[in-house]
Amino acid sequence: MQVIAQRPKSLRDIPFTYCPGCLHGVAHRLIAESMDELDIRNKTMGVAPVGCSVFAYKFFDCDMAQAAHGRAPAVATGMKRSRPDMCVFTYQGDGDLAAIGTAEIVHAANRGENITVFFVNNAIYGMTGGQMAPTTLPGMKTSTSPYGRDADDIGYPIKASELLATLEAPYYIERVSLLSPQEILKAKKCVHSALKYNKEKRGFTFIEFISTCPTNWGIEPIKSRDWARENMLKFFEIGCFRDKSKTVEGGK
Amino acid sequence: MAQKVLMKGNEAVAEAAIRAGCRLYFAYPITPQSELIEYMAKMMPKVKGTFIQAESEVAAINMVYGASGCGRRVMTSSSSPGISLKMEGLSYIAGAKLPAVVVNIQRGGPGLGDIQPSQADYFQATKGGGHGDYRLIVLAPNSVQEFADMASEAFDLADKYRNPVMLLADGLLGQMMEPVEFKPAKTEEEIEKLNKQHYDWCMRTNEDGDDRHHHEINSLELDPNVLEKHVLSLHEKYKDIQKNEVRYEKINVKDDNEILCVAYGTASRIVKSAITELQKEGHSVGLVRPITVWPYPSEVIANSITKKTKKVIVFELSLGQMVEDVKLAVNGKLPVDFLGRAGGIVFTPDEVIAKIKESL
Repeated sequence: MQVIAQRPKSLRDIPFTYCPGCLHGVAHRLIAESMDELDIRNKTMGVAPVGCSVFAYKFFDCDMAQAAHGRAPAVATGMKRSRPDMCVFTYQGDGDLAAIGTAEIVHAANRGENITVFFVNNAIYGMTGGQMAPTTLPGMKTSTSPYGRDADDIGYPIKASELLATLEAPYYIERVSLLSPQEILKAKKCVHSALKYNKEKRGFTFIEFISTCPTNWGIEPIKSRDWARENMLKFFEIGCFRDKSKTVEGGK
Repeated sequence: MAQKVLMKGNEAVAEAAIRAGCRLYFAYPITPQSELIEYMAKMMPKVKGTFIQAESEVAAINMVYGASGCGRRVMTSSSSPGISLKMEGLSYIAGAKLPAVVVNIQRGGPGLGDIQPSQADYFQATKGGGHGDYRLIVLAPNSVQEFADMASEAFDLADKYRNPVMLLADGLLGQMMEPVEFKPAKTEEEIEKLNKQHYDWCMRTNEDGDDRHHHEINSLELDPNVLEKHVLSLHEKYKDIQKNEVRYEKINVKDDNEILCVAYGTASRIVKSAITELQKEGHSVGLVRPITVWPYPSEVIANSITKKTKKVIVFELSLGQMVEDVKLAVNGKLPVDFLGRAGGIVFTPDEVIAKIKESL
C-alpha cells in the first residue's frame, strides 16, 4: 500500500475547532507542509493570537505560545531574541493584527525581526460573532456595522501588506488567495518561501491570506469564495509587495 | 571584598540584574526610570545580551512574556503610568506561570501625575492591577544597596515559583546615589545552567522520538472546571510563598514600645530617623518595615504589639493604601492611625515626629 496523502507531521492529530467551510484549516496545512519540507519542525516555535485561531497553539506540532490580543509580534520578538537559533512565526487574524495589534505588527516589521507573520484576512471578527473588522469592506454589513460600513464615518479597510511595504526593513511581503485549489497551490509556494527565508535568517516575512467566513458572512462555503473573489480581491489585490531575494544581491 | 561604587538606584538595579544572569531587557522610556533603560542600552551589548527599546510598555511586557516562555531571565522596568500599561501582560505572565522581573520606579499619580517619588501604586502591585485571581511577589527596597541585592533575589524567586516578581521602588530610590557593593557576576556556564532549569516546560527545540514534547505557554482554558483547578493550583503556590518568603525588618521593636510604626521603602527611612530622635527624648517607638509587601508580614506586625503599645501608626507616601493591610493584621486590637502625603511630596522627619507625639 502506498501513502499518497497524509496529515503533515507539523500538525498534531487532534480535531480543528473551526467551522465547516472555514479556510483556517487550509492555511494551517500550508504552513505545516512547508515546515515539514524545510525540515524545521523541531526548531520552530509559533504564536497563536486571540480570535478564531486562538487554539492554533494546540494544532501545530511544535512548541507554541498563546498571546494576548494583538501582541503576537511582540511575544514572537521576545522568543526570537531568546532563541535566535530557532524559527518563530505568528498566526493572526485581521482584528488581532490590523486593529488592536497595529503598533506591534508595524514595529516588529520595522525592526526587521527575523520572524514570519501569517495574516488571515476575512474582513470580519469571527470568534466574537461577526463584528466589523479593520478590513471590513465599505458597505459590508456586520453585527456592528448593521447598515453597512460607512467609510466616511469609520474609514476605509486597512491594507496591511501595502502598509508594511512602506517600511524599509521587511524582507518579503506577499498577499495570496485561498479561494480556489489553483490559488491555494500558489499560496503554498509563498508560504514555503517565507519560512525558507525565515530559516535562512533573512529578515521579516509576511504572508496575507485572503480568506472567507461562511458562518458570519451568512453565505455558504463555495458561494462565500465567489463573494470574496468579486468583492475582496478588488480591494485587496493579490501580489508580491516586497521580495528582497530578487532585489538584493545574493538575497542577503 | 568587592569595591563599593557610588551609583543611582536605577543604574544599580540594572547592573545587579545583568550580574544575576538577565540577558534580555525590554522597556519603554519614562521618567524617573530613564537611567535604568539607558544603562541597559549601554551594557547589554557588552555581555551579548538583548536590549530593545519597545514601541510601548504593552509591547515590552509581551516581549518579556515571549522570552520568559523560552525559560530566559528577562526584565522590564517602568514608572507608574507605564506599569499600568503592563498590567495586562502581567496577568498573562502570572496566568501562564512564567518567571519575570518588573521594576516600578513609582511617581506621583493618578493619571500622568508628576515625576516625584510616591508610593501610590501599592494597591496595584499587591492587590492585582491586572485582571483575574493572581498575585505578584512584591519586594520593596529602602536603599540603593538593598535595591541592587533584590535584583538577584527577585530572579531567584521568579524562577523558584514561576511567578512574576515586582521590585516596588520610587523616584527617590531610582534617582538617589548611594554606595553599593555588587555580588559577583554569574558566569556564562552558570547562566546556561539557569536557562536549562526550565527545560521541562519552556518553549525550545524538539527532537523526534522519545524526547518529543509539545510545550504550550498559555493562560486560556475554556472549561471552567479545568480553569478553576488551574487557579487553585496558583493559590496553592501563593500559600507556599506566604509561608516561606515573608521578609521584614524590625527597628527598635521592644516590649516597652508605646507606639508601633509601620512603613516600607523610602517612607521607612524617614520614620527610622524620627524614632531615633524620639528615642533621644526618652520615647520608645518601634518600626516594622515590610520588605515583601506581598506576601505581607501580617503576623510580625500582630506579634510586635505588646501590652504597653497604645497605637499603631502607618506612614506612607500615598493617602492610605498599605494601612488597610495593617488594619487586617492588627485585627481591631488597637487603633490604627495614619500619616500620608500624596502627589510626590515626601514627609519630613519633623512631620513624622509630630504625628507620633500626638499619641505619646
